[in-house]
Amino acid sequence: MKIKFHYIITVLISLVVVSCAKDNYDAPTIKLSGQLTYQGAPIGVETNQVPFSIYEPAFGKKAPIGGIFAPDGSFSSLLFKGKYKFTISANQGPFMWKELGSGKRDSLDIDLTGNQELMIEVMPYYMIRTPQFTASAGNLSATFKVEKIITDANAKNIERVNLYINKTSFVSGNNDENIAKIDLAGSAIVDPNSISLSVAIPTTAPIQNYVYARIGVKISGVEDMIFSPVQKVSF
Amino acid sequence: MKKIFLITAGAVLLTVGSCKRDDSFLNIPPNSLLTTEKAFSDPALVLSILGDFYNREVDFSSLDNGWASFADFSEAFPSENGAAYLVERTGWGYGEWGLWDYGYIRELNLFLQRAEEATKLTETDKKRFIAEARFLRASHYFEMVKRMGGVPIITEPLTYDYSGDIEKYQKPRAKESEVYDFIISEAEAIKVDLPKNSNEKSRATYAAAVAMECRAALYAASIAKYGATTPTVTLGGDEVGIPASMANAYYTKALTAAQEIINGTAGIYKLYEVLPNAGDNFAGLFLDKTSVNQESIYIEDFKANGGKTHGFTTNNQPFSNSDEGLDAGRLNPSLNLAESFEKLDNTYAPFATTDNLGNPIYYDEQKTIFEGRDGRLAGTLLLPGDYFKSGKLDIWAGYKLADGSTFTSTEAGALRSLPGTPATDLVQVVGKDGPINNLEFRTQSGFYVRKYLDPQVGSGRRGRGSDVAFIRYRYAEVLLNAAEAAFELSDLTTAAGYINQVRNRAGLIVDLLPAEITFDRIVHERRVELAFEGHTLFDMKRWRLAHIVWDGQAETKTDLLTNIGSATHRNTRPWGLWPYKIFNPGNVNNGKWIFEVTLPSKVTGANSFKLGNYYSEIPGDVTSKNPKIVKQPNQ
Repeated sequence: MKIKFHYIITVLISLVVVSCAKDNYDAPTIKLSGQLTYQGAPIGVETNQVPFSIYEPAFGKKAPIGGIFAPDGSFSSLLFKGKYKFTISANQGPFMWKELGSGKRDSLDIDLTGNQELMIEVMPYYMIRTPQFTASAGNLSATFKVEKIITDANAKNIERVNLYINKTSFVSGNNDENIAKIDLAGSAIVDPNSISLSVAIPTTAPIQNYVYARIGVKISGVEDMIFSPVQKVSF
Repeated sequence: MKKIFLITAGAVLLTVGSCKRDDSFLNIPPNSLLTTEKAFSDPALVLSILGDFYNREVDFSSLDNGWASFADFSEAFPSENGAAYLVERTGWGYGEWGLWDYGYIRELNLFLQRAEEATKLTETDKKRFIAEARFLRASHYFEMVKRMGGVPIITEPLTYDYSGDIEKYQKPRAKESEVYDFIISEAEAIKVDLPKNSNEKSRATYAAAVAMECRAALYAASIAKYGATTPTVTLGGDEVGIPASMANAYYTKALTAAQEIINGTAGIYKLYEVLPNAGDNFAGLFLDKTSVNQESIYIEDFKANGGKTHGFTTNNQPFSNSDEGLDAGRLNPSLNLAESFEKLDNTYAPFATTDNLGNPIYYDEQKTIFEGRDGRLAGTLLLPGDYFKSGKLDIWAGYKLADGSTFTSTEAGALRSLPGTPATDLVQVVGKDGPINNLEFRTQSGFYVRKYLDPQVGSGRRGRGSDVAFIRYRYAEVLLNAAEAAFELSDLTTAAGYINQVRNRAGLIVDLLPAEITFDRIVHERRVELAFEGHTLFDMKRWRLAHIVWDGQAETKTDLLTNIGSATHRNTRPWGLWPYKIFNPGNVNNGKWIFEVTLPSKVTGANSFKLGNYYSEIPGDVTSKNPKIVKQPNQ
């Protein structure tokens, strides 16, 4: 029998076309984004250290959709339409999250029908106020206030405050996110309304005439530090 | 007609012949499948089933578990580019070290059920098999509780009854202390059914059960005591965390169990003291599988040319006399570990590379710098100038010229002409074993590993492999467990007595006084005695030191060289010690050796252990199948 190639090709193409039509789901497109705030002021955290969980109770599986806050405290997640619950695991983040007793944590209900912004209002232990960075004579100095927000029985002391600088806008205590740092023990803070720190700016390769700087506060008994917004300082 | 008759006759015969044995034909017993009844009728068959369970025991690091399982935690540098992530990363994922294998538990539970029901086994055999399976099950729960905290304790094979109700199969997590209690009570219950025979090492024995009980009790005790320092690493229902009030009871149990082995009730065990040189003796302990070795209690055994071998020697043999060409030199112990071996006067000191003024110290022989130390240094590490399989190691990073500059090559063992000599006068300018940055399969820290390294001819070949055993429990650990438990119970004299036995064997003949036994000493002794035996992570976890020693901050040279014996000594990056040869003709130091503390250039990360790493994450599929499972803290 003579094989007619155009038949074979027609059959193959229609097979390919037909088979592709059904087996793919659309990727999620609805964007849930937001920001950690305290009274409207953003709360900065360390890169890749503060995770959040989104649960979809109607879906069969009980495991959460995980995500991580960006250093500036923002987050975003692409999801399907549906009803979700947003929560943060225990002991994560430099703030308190509402507890419901017997180990249960409060969650935010989200009814996602279109792109949505969600401000996540939390109670931080401390806030860093009015950070000012100046560079002069090879040094970077910072002045700032630290305001104690939680003053009741849950109040915690400051373990230390840090000034970090880095070549890139990722700045934290993590080993590869700073090129210089200086710390001041909490017990050495005389006036929390006027703290100043100064650190020598090391030469970078390639040479840059700017660095990124950030203040961090380590609270005793809390693993994650709270940070000021990252600032670019030119010199 | 004749034809028809023949055909009919043939058909009849066929029918009759084929039908006759229909019954027995369809009932031929399969010879590739054994029924439960058959399998449990013969002790040899039962043992082979148990053999499979023994084979599947989980270890943190084992010789057939991949060399990289020994290389983490800055105790070693991985000299293989594919494993460089170990020193490039800045932390561990929460799921790391996780273990949630209930398939194994179910099979053991089924085994136990069937063995109980077996009728054709003798009572003695049956008892021993059941005790062994319970030992393996307890050991697996121990492995899980170390990593996950409290896990559901399942002691019956769960079989679904198709009722649609699955809730009764969803078991919640037990308290962490309950799992440890289960291990301890199982060990107590089964030990009498196990043989007291110190020559039986690869099957469970009385002493193996007691050694497991001792370690489990010690872990539980220290979690109870030191867990108080990390209050957030707990869960409301005690699935993670043990109340501090339970610490003393566990320490007492650990001490009692250890003493059962020490005073000979569990069989004759003693420290391996055979060879006159403390270092060779210590290395020999891991190689000797004869009855002379009464130190090893329970081992994972291997047999060359017998089907069960491992590639530890192939992977880690010195490059310069490798049996397998490029397959060598991966596991390079770090200077962090090397310098923690004490001097013979029981003090800590970094290797003397410079004098008080910061000038380099010149050595005639490479080995001199390592002399006068704990015998376990030479027993655990291969040092520059050591021999392995009669080949001398060639570890040196290059020449140092008169002006202090380095003259070397990026190719191991390369020949170049030295400055000021004729261009035709080629000499070797760098060791065949490195160290050269980024040159894999040679040492990049300046050391090779000696523990478990098999000196047998051919042991480094891939085809043959090595059959050195992996020791899971040994007498020296029991002594250290006893010392730690006694120390925590404030019985310093007893603690000193036990710890000194281990130290004397290692060549540290000046005894520690009871007043010198501190927490730092206990931590240090376990680190140097049990290096590369899979203890580091779990010890650091139970003492709640992990987030302190691996704090994510880069370990500087000053960090490295100071406070060496401190339990909280930062240990986040593996450093190296590189030897150089002096080239300075006419100078008195020409041809001598100097050493430089060097950070291998691949090391860019710093170990960062978060509070969420203390207990490995329970996978999402487990929590979604069983909503009663509570999540780990800090994750």
